Amino acid sequence: MSHTTDQPSVGLFVTCLADMFRPSVAFATVKLLEAAGCRVEVPERQTCCGQPAFNSGDRKTTQDIAKTTIEAFEGFQYVVGPSGSCIGMLHHYPELFSEDDPWFARAEALKKRAFEITSFLTDVVQFEQIEAQFNGSITYHDSCSGLRELGIKKQPRQLLSKVKDLSLTEMEESETCCGFGGTFCVKYPDISNRMVSNKTQNISASGADTLVGGDLGCLLNMAGKLKREGKPVQARHVVEILAGMTDTPAIGEAEYDLGKAL
Amino acid sequence: MQIHSPEFKENARIALHNEPLQAALGQFKFGFPVNRARAIANLPEFETLRDHARDLKNHIIQNLDIYLEQFEQQVTANGGHVHWCSTAEDARQAILDICQHVGAKTVTKGKSMVSEEINLNDYLEANGIEPVETDLGEYILQLRGDHPSHIIAPAIHLNVDDVADTFHEHHHRPRSDDPQTLMKEAREVLRKKFVSADVGITGANFLVAETGSTIIVTNEGNGDLTQTLPKTHIVISSIEKVVPNLEDMSLFLRLLARSSTGQEFTVYNTLSTGPRRPDDQDGPENFHVVLVDNGRSDMVGTDFQDMLRCIRCAACMNHCPVYGAVGGHSYGWVYPGPMGSVLTPQMIGIDKSAHLPNASTACGKCQEVCPVRIPLPKLMRHWREKEFEQHLTPSTVRWGLAGWAFFAKRPALYRWLARSSAWFMRRMAGKKGRISKLPMAGGWTDWREMPAPQGATFMDQWKKRQSGDQS
Amino acid sequence: MSKTAIFNKIRRGLKRGAPSAEQTAAALARIQSRKPELVPARSQLDHPGQIELFRSMSSQAAAKLIDLDSLTQLPEKVAEWMQHQGFTELVSANESWLNELDWAPLNNISRTCRVAQSGDNVSLTGCMAGIAETGTLMLHSGGNSPTTLNFLPDCHLVVLRESQIVGCYEDAWAMLRQNHPDSLPRTVNMITGPSRSADIGQKLQMGAHGPCELVIFLVKEAH
Repeated sequence: MSHTTDQPSVGLFVTCLADMFRPSVAFATVKLLEAAGCRVEVPERQTCCGQPAFNSGDRKTTQDIAKTTIEAFEGFQYVVGPSGSCIGMLHHYPELFSEDDPWFARAEALKKRAFEITSFLTDVVQFEQIEAQFNGSITYHDSCSGLRELGIKKQPRQLLSKVKDLSLTEMEESETCCGFGGTFCVKYPDISNRMVSNKTQNISASGADTLVGGDLGCLLNMAGKLKREGKPVQARHVVEILAGMTDTPAIGEAEYDLGKAL
Repeated sequence: MQIHSPEFKENARIALHNEPLQAALGQFKFGFPVNRARAIANLPEFETLRDHARDLKNHIIQNLDIYLEQFEQQVTANGGHVHWCSTAEDARQAILDICQHVGAKTVTKGKSMVSEEINLNDYLEANGIEPVETDLGEYILQLRGDHPSHIIAPAIHLNVDDVADTFHEHHHRPRSDDPQTLMKEAREVLRKKFVSADVGITGANFLVAETGSTIIVTNEGNGDLTQTLPKTHIVISSIEKVVPNLEDMSLFLRLLARSSTGQEFTVYNTLSTGPRRPDDQDGPENFHVVLVDNGRSDMVGTDFQDMLRCIRCAACMNHCPVYGAVGGHSYGWVYPGPMGSVLTPQMIGIDKSAHLPNASTACGKCQEVCPVRIPLPKLMRHWREKEFEQHLTPSTVRWGLAGWAFFAKRPALYRWLARSSAWFMRRMAGKKGRISKLPMAGGWTDWREMPAPQGATFMDQWKKRQSGDQS
Repeated sequence: MSKTAIFNKIRRGLKRGAPSAEQTAAALARIQSRKPELVPARSQLDHPGQIELFRSMSSQAAAKLIDLDSLTQLPEKVAEWMQHQGFTELVSANESWLNELDWAPLNNISRTCRVAQSGDNVSLTGCMAGIAETGTLMLHSGGNSPTTLNFLPDCHLVVLRESQIVGCYEDAWAMLRQNHPDSLPRTVNMITGPSRSADIGQKLQMGAHGPCELVIFLVKEAH
């Protein structure tokens, strides 16, 4: 990058699932951010966004975790992550504190700087130089938090339209929840199963060979169901495609070289 | 109605295996939601109307006592009577008193969820008065000893065959499975009931402070026959339904039909103001309004106040994927779906209904379609907070959460946890990219594969990459 | 007393006591203001436009429209419709403007002015207004227009003059208040198409409890 001094500084919010299940998603995010001219750092003090506690009604723990996150990302111009759900959670932080609490203002400040990756690329830095190629037809699942809390709908599609050879076929009910819902899927497994079954049916019916989405939770759920049903549809996070990093096996899909990977 | 909310999980499991129900639910999602989308596409002002409706409801709550007082004055001035009832018990008693006072033997009823809420039918029956539900769906349910599974389409869980069997059994006529024939049959049977009833009970969608009118919104016309033919008309309504004037009511009417059934307007919107006038040739001679609180005033000024905006359109349940999977009966009490998951804990206690606000993925679809913009997922979360504060959260969840939180508050330990979990799951997966059976995660792997982690955690790989860069 | 208990709880929630005189006055003023809320642009048309909108919206709601060049045509057109349907008895509102018409064209069809009874096939009434916005009729009870006529018979015939068509609900409320300044009639019916239900197997059927057919005789008037 030539204009090093003008580079927006971005703290990468890795998210637990990308960290643990799919580091390639975080690397793809870094690649896209750097291509968009950002200076990316990964704050060491970050953990989880706190959603499991938040959704379980444990306000105190959520506050503690929120404080950890707020501190970890202080000083960055932007906080960007590959998940509408986790970034959406960061946007909930101000609700956790009363307005006279000094943490409230800090939470507000974080909220203003926190963006989901496709929204950041499209709405903030207007990055358009997607130089990726993907041979195949995809269908896009609109994850709930991104869609309804952050207004993410056009952004990933706009970016995907720039990927060479890629064709997008919309599925029926692309905006309907896949049934993941964080702890919901293990607390109410059979309801969750019904929801994800409806989803995989719509995915199959679309005829696309790859399912793409912006949230790993939903993708793990849908990919896991597709695999269990033996449906030949691959699943990938949108950043993998946008960054041209599709040489890694799709989610839950392929064999790994165990020795090499570890 | 008996409370079955504590058994939500079991109810849901049974519902998921009930094939006719699943067929009905499968059909259901292509009905109201599709109609709603079409109706709002035809009304460019829809989103703005929602903002206005939210603001107006908030204004009404701030002035609730004043508007209710005005409403009462106007009802009285028109020759009607208002009965104030704090509890379900009070409301049942007030209605029974009126019925007994006029020597009623049969009562026809228009659809009213408040009547379900206070369990009116059982009470009237126990006191020797026959209640006859006249809404077609409610009538079918009454014959079957069943309860509504939806607030505006009460018999949505039944199919044509169920109705055919029920009518055959109770009407003693040849069995037909033609919906038109079945409806005609019910029409004929109920005609006799309408004409002979001593009292007609209807609900109310709104109460108009300006005029002392109550309004019902129906497609069948049963509510009109219910209130026009008997000598006494009793309106049962909850207190939050008051609106200042007819113009304000119009705002809500524009939203109600479009949000619920997706109609431009419901077929019958009927205003009732006092008893019949001296030169009227028909209409009731007595007009009573039974105003029910039943826990609503407790919501004022709390986290749940926004719920008082609800106009009972059912858009939230029409669009809810959980409702769509398990149907209304799984919720185990009167109000199902997202609105019920907020209202039910208030009325029967969070201790008996904790599953309801938990059985939601917080997908936000309900809030997206709510005509008065109630933040339903947030309110459900508030109930989870109450549950947690009152130590009602199951201990496994509590301990699991506490264990996880211990790590999540300590970045270095969290790194270690992620690293070990990834390592463990990689081992479990072996050479496959996924795990088919994962201990302690049966909820997941009973139904789907668990995709395996790729390898080392991102944080570890990143650290390595950074140190590699520096060297 | 319950009312006091309910009010006390509401007020506690609102963190105030009984409302101040100012607050009460403001709420009362709001009631009396009768200020239209947001009215959709759809109905804000010239009168011919509103008539057209009424026609299309009421048809969309499955009402049938029969055009009359003048009110004097009504008996003939009603007779024609009834003969076609095979009905022989008409129950009518006792309005003088209806009674004054020459009903000879009915021939052997009887016309009786009374309240409706179970078993009646056809009723004929006027209405107060037609609301273009959603193709809705507004009727109300009164000495000559019993409400049962609107609900008990299988078919409801309604006479609507073009001049009675207004744009939106608010226009109809204004008209209603003007006609009834002291208090509303006992019953005000807004009717949009015939009765219907989808309670049996989610299949929409016409004619649940109210009329299976709603026929509007729309009377042209010179502008």
